Amino acid sequence: MRLTSAALRLQVESALAGRVASPFRLREPEPTPTAPVGIPALDESTGGLPRGSLTEIYGPVSAGKTSILLSALAGRTTNAEVCALVDAQDAFDPSRAQSAGVSLQRLLWIRCRGLDQAFRSTDLLLHGGGFGLIAMDLSDVPARLVRQIPLNVWFRLRRAVESTPTILLVLSQESNAKTCASLVLRLENESTAWSLQCRRSASRIVHTPSCLLDGWTTAAEIVRSRMQRASSSPHHERTGAIAACEDSKDRVRFALGSASIPLSARHSQSQAAPARVIPFSELEKERMQNPG
Amino acid sequence: MAFGAIFVPNFTVQAVLRSEPELGVRPLALIDGPPPTYRVVALNHLAALLGVTVGMTKAAATQFPGVEIRPIAKVQEVAAHSALLDVAWSFSPRVENTAPDTVLADLSGLTTLLGSYENIATIVVSKCSEVGLTVQVAVSANVETARVVARALPGATVIPQGHEAKYLETLPITMLSLSQELSEVFERWGVKTCKALASLPVISLSECVGQEGVRLHAIASGKGMRSLVISELAHSFEESLELDDAVEELEPLSFLLGRLLDQLCVRFVARSLAIRAIHLQFELEPAFEDAFDSASEFVRTRQLPGAYACTLELPVPSRDSKLLLKLVRLRLQSTLPKAPIQKIHLTAEPAHTRVMQGGLFVPEVPDPEKLELTIARIANVVGENNVGSPQLQDSHRPDSFRMQRFSVSPTPSPALETKSETKIAFRAYRPPVLAKIKLRGARPIHADFLGRSGDVINASGPWRTSGDWWEDDPWQQDAWDLELAFPYETPPAQGLYRICFDSRQKKWFVQGAYD
Repeated sequence: MRLTSAALRLQVESALAGRVASPFRLREPEPTPTAPVGIPALDESTGGLPRGSLTEIYGPVSAGKTSILLSALAGRTTNAEVCALVDAQDAFDPSRAQSAGVSLQRLLWIRCRGLDQAFRSTDLLLHGGGFGLIAMDLSDVPARLVRQIPLNVWFRLRRAVESTPTILLVLSQESNAKTCASLVLRLENESTAWSLQCRRSASRIVHTPSCLLDGWTTAAEIVRSRMQRASSSPHHERTGAIAACEDSKDRVRFALGSASIPLSARHSQSQAAPARVIPFSELEKERMQNPG
Repeated sequence: MAFGAIFVPNFTVQAVLRSEPELGVRPLALIDGPPPTYRVVALNHLAALLGVTVGMTKAAATQFPGVEIRPIAKVQEVAAHSALLDVAWSFSPRVENTAPDTVLADLSGLTTLLGSYENIATIVVSKCSEVGLTVQVAVSANVETARVVARALPGATVIPQGHEAKYLETLPITMLSLSQELSEVFERWGVKTCKALASLPVISLSECVGQEGVRLHAIASGKGMRSLVISELAHSFEESLELDDAVEELEPLSFLLGRLLDQLCVRFVARSLAIRAIHLQFELEPAFEDAFDSASEFVRTRQLPGAYACTLELPVPSRDSKLLLKLVRLRLQSTLPKAPIQKIHLTAEPAHTRVMQGGLFVPEVPDPEKLELTIARIANVVGENNVGSPQLQDSHRPDSFRMQRFSVSPTPSPALETKSETKIAFRAYRPPVLAKIKLRGARPIHADFLGRSGDVINASGPWRTSGDWWEDDPWQQDAWDLELAFPYETPPAQGLYRICFDSRQKKWFVQGAYD
């Protein structure tokens, strides 16, 4: 048997000589290049946004999707990369973006009116090439309309971004890209922080004079990740190979603080507590202790 | 010292064939003159073979089968002459604009760059053929000899110094550009060649015909010398085309525009320049359309404008004719004139070609030409005003910005800043959404907008701002940050919104949501 397999190996190698070098050598898969989002807790958990792949971030309003988008844009534009934002419902706020650190001169903003314009523009950008990050913001498009987009459209986008250094980021209310996305994050607003809340009552109506919106805490769940991740999470060890972590239940929590006070008032409160990665088991314990 | 003369034989016909090369395979006769007495003023060799002659009336010329009869095109002659000058300027900064079909250039010092004068002459012929002209070139130490020999001998001719008379002796004196009067005088004397003219005694010649005769005698002898009258470098690049049959559709128009852009780009390449902007002008056929007059409530017929103009500006100078054609097509797709096009006129603004030094550690940026094409395609989808980069305006008015043209400038990579806190973002509703707000005292307790009904959990405000009171449209609003709960939705939802009370309109609006 040993002789037969050796002879067979020799035969295959000689047949492929000149076309394939070392056909039986096991190749280590190359790690997917990533770029940091700019939120340390999220970067530590996900490894960053993968280049040459589709990343989907979904969640309800005020979950933190746009904040993550601005953080990613700030990181890429600060790194002198050209970025593009396909804004399906023309919701982008340039002044907030600039205060978040986005270099507006390196941002191509496409103000669409509807899904058709958004997808066509994204397709043109991907085929044009040269962008560090292309974001398609579908957050304000009714979910029932986005659900009608066939899967082959998402597949086409994924194929277009493959083998390029571009990050394709999609924001929406629900997950639609399915297996076409290499990284899927679900966001949820856990709690909102208001300053000068000196009254606690059973009533949901709390009006506090001189109260300011401090920010909120977002819980991000990694629904899907096809990348190598660091071994900081106790649930995943470094294996040296790509781990297809489908239906992963990693959750990470981070704080989003208020920017300059929206209007003329000055904000003198201290900064929010630094974000940390909370293992899932601890989150469950916390919930059992403090229900609701 | 050496001078080169470039002569375009049958210039009028070549000017037309430069724009419409397909006419070159057919007999072609060009007519001119006051209607109805048109006469043939130029023709190609195929028409000459059929028997068409210069001076023949149009009616007579139409008797010959298959002859294409066209009026002369002055605009095309101007463009052809400009192209000829561009080629001459690409070799020498000292160029004389002698005649529409002739230019003279000082070729001193070119041998160190391009080799022998034979090689230079061959290259000039080749460059002229790239701009669509078949020329005759002569090089000589004597400028007048070069001019005369270029008119007479085909191809490229180099006249060794001291042999000018030998090259001139057999040439007819008509090559010397005589006046009508002198031509008749010399014909009566039986002087037909330059050798015969050169053999006449100078003093007697001057007594009979004056100094002009002396000048011609010197030229015919190969001794006539003068300085070049240097013409100024032209900075206008124009190409035009008059159409026999007006064009309505974009496809045939693109074909014609492509041809004109090719000719323009070749001229720019010859001058080592690039195109910064293109101005398109169309002359349209008279056309009418029905328009509803709201004042009188009748449908009236009105005449459409007889001209169309648009400008295409390039963020980066380019001379890629294919790219320029794509950009022009994308522009015309949305703004094609409604009437058929009779005449096309292109003007290009020159600029120096860009020099880019790439960096080893600079991140990849989109190729400027490809980016321009991508942006033009996207502009066709979303509208030209909806693509670009935002520029904040120096104003406290909410949502104050304007869209500016997007361009890429490569810059070195700066150090990344580390942030201690990620700031919350805001999603604007454009336009702001009308809302119904219930108040308790002065505080909102309930909000209805976009078909949703929410209870206020937390509120921050009012934050009063106003501005531009000295302008025609001042603004004044009281803003609130609200945390709303929508308990009646499935599933129940919550969200953070900003609403404002517009004190001028006396209405509540939702400006957007925090996300």
